[in-house]
Amino acid sequence: MSASRPDLVIQGLGKRFGATVALDGVDLRLPGGSLVCFVGPSGCGKTTLLRVIAGLETPTTGHLLLGDRDLTRVPVHRRDVGMVFQSYALFPHLTVAENVAYGLRIRGVQRRERLARAQELLELVQLPDVAGRRIAELSGGMRQRVAMARALALDPALFLLDEPLSALDAKLREGMQVELRRLQRRVGITTIIVTHDQEEAMAMADLVVVMGDNRVQQVGPPLEIYRRPVNRFVANFVGRNNFLPARMVAPGAVEVAGVRASVARDLPVPPVGADVTVAARPEMLRLRAQAPATPALRGTVSMVRDLGRAVETRVRVFDHELVVSGRGGFAEGDEVWVELPEAGLVALAA
Amino acid sequence: MSAPTARPAISASPDAGSGDGPWPHVLLAWPTVALTLLFLVPLGIIAALGFFRRIQAGFFEVAFVTDNYARALDAFHLERLAVSVVLALAATLVTLLLAVPFTYLLTRRPRARQVPYLVLVLASLSLSEVIVAFAWSLLLSRTSGISNLLVALGLMDRAASWSPGLAAVLLAYVFIALPLAVLSLYPTFSRLDQELPEAAGTMGATPLAGFVTVVLPLMRRAVAATGALVFIFVLGAYVIPQTLGRPAQWTMPVHITDQAIMKNHLPLAASLAIVLLVVSSLVAVVIVALGAGRWPRFALPGRAR
Repeated sequence: MSASRPDLVIQGLGKRFGATVALDGVDLRLPGGSLVCFVGPSGCGKTTLLRVIAGLETPTTGHLLLGDRDLTRVPVHRRDVGMVFQSYALFPHLTVAENVAYGLRIRGVQRRERLARAQELLELVQLPDVAGRRIAELSGGMRQRVAMARALALDPALFLLDEPLSALDAKLREGMQVELRRLQRRVGITTIIVTHDQEEAMAMADLVVVMGDNRVQQVGPPLEIYRRPVNRFVANFVGRNNFLPARMVAPGAVEVAGVRASVARDLPVPPVGADVTVAARPEMLRLRAQAPATPALRGTVSMVRDLGRAVETRVRVFDHELVVSGRGGFAEGDEVWVELPEAGLVALAA
Repeated sequence: MSAPTARPAISASPDAGSGDGPWPHVLLAWPTVALTLLFLVPLGIIAALGFFRRIQAGFFEVAFVTDNYARALDAFHLERLAVSVVLALAATLVTLLLAVPFTYLLTRRPRARQVPYLVLVLASLSLSEVIVAFAWSLLLSRTSGISNLLVALGLMDRAASWSPGLAAVLLAYVFIALPLAVLSLYPTFSRLDQELPEAAGTMGATPLAGFVTVVLPLMRRAVAATGALVFIFVLGAYVIPQTLGRPAQWTMPVHITDQAIMKNHLPLAASLAIVLLVVSSLVAVVIVALGAGRWPRFALPGRAR
């Protein structure tokens, strides 16, 4: 990662549309040169935050700093951002090359020079042969690449993408995730991708910003978000999770249905005596035919689904149904013990 | 159809239509036939009338003389024709210069905020040309016009008469044409993807540069079609130039009315009308062709091809 790229700092950012709060007190520091994903359900404010960063919306409160440059009141055309819109927003009256060269034309770069630069960028996104075509003649995947080439043409300080892969089919999307990640590594521009797809965020990002309810819920590397969600919203939104009511009985220990188990201690935990919710990932749980020596909950298998790469077993434990992902080997109606892992449980405020 | 062989029902003969029976054709046909007859028959009568002979101090008799068309194309009437076309083009240009940015800015507002503007624009359409002409002739007069208000506000020394004159005619033309232009432009502009000008902004284009390099080229057909509509609409007005113009601004419609009603010379009025119709159609076709063809190059450095 390039050391010369300044960090993007967001301080106390808020945005209202009339009486509607779209963003509420957002504080973030995004390291220069990194690839950041804003992820959250629709309506959580992630696109508004991206548009504020782009300069397409003016924040109601707060500041936006790129290094020591205050961007808060800088209009979009002087902000030095490259943006890929959800609709791609390619200009239908211009050819592919003219689209990519548009920013250079606005800057007054000579025609020959800007078209040569457009060709270089089209090669960067692996579309060397489409320069003279009209936008209407391109497939969805090609338009996506052209939009990226166009956004990178001015070597912007920030590369912003709004749901860039949502219009592509599943197979193409996975390929583009890898390619986008490679492209970002090569150009080294600080990149922000907005997505509602948490798997996409996990697969691409250096840093994931989970948004919900118009505020930032958690910021961290993908694995940390996955393993150590700070609240029930994040635990529920990112990946799949089982939730069980429990009580804190000691620092780092909970009691679930009379069974004492340990929970992760490397993040703030509720005080002893508090009612909590314990979150356990399906792949962290193990099924045993006999009672193990370790903490375990007894239950009955209620459903088995073989998903190919893993077997999903649903186990009825008192009045909850737990989802366990593993090798299977049990049938509906079997009595089993669900082994609670030593380090895989997270205690969240109830 | 004489073919008795069984055919797949799906490839029915063309005159069988879509199988809905004759009613769609009848419903489509009667307004078309009625409008065609009501347009073409009177047009034919007028075209023929132009060749009839006028009877002094009377009416006209059926004949075939070319004097009327010859007079319609004499130096005086050609000059009037040129004045009419130039005035209408000027009014069209001013109308578009106001209506295009107005409609663009209006369609970028949230839809609920657009409604009051649209209602006001529609309301002004309900005023007829006659009312508009006489209202402006009052508003521009020295005795009771706007200048008295400006005198009262201390902005002018004494009241002035701004009518009749070129400016008054243009003002009233634009006034009646503006709502029509906005309504004609509105559907196309409201369908414009808002992200297109935003994308131009992220690439360094000021709002004006984005408007000129992205919005206008995409909207040029709608702008040209609206221009043709406004041109024909304004060219047909006769109360405005007659009431608010000096003889120098009297357009062909004023002279046609004059010949038909005051001078009782229907054959000359008819031939003038046909000449005006041909010329205005030609100009409208040129305006639409300009829109369909290439947009004139703007002063931006060498546009990419």
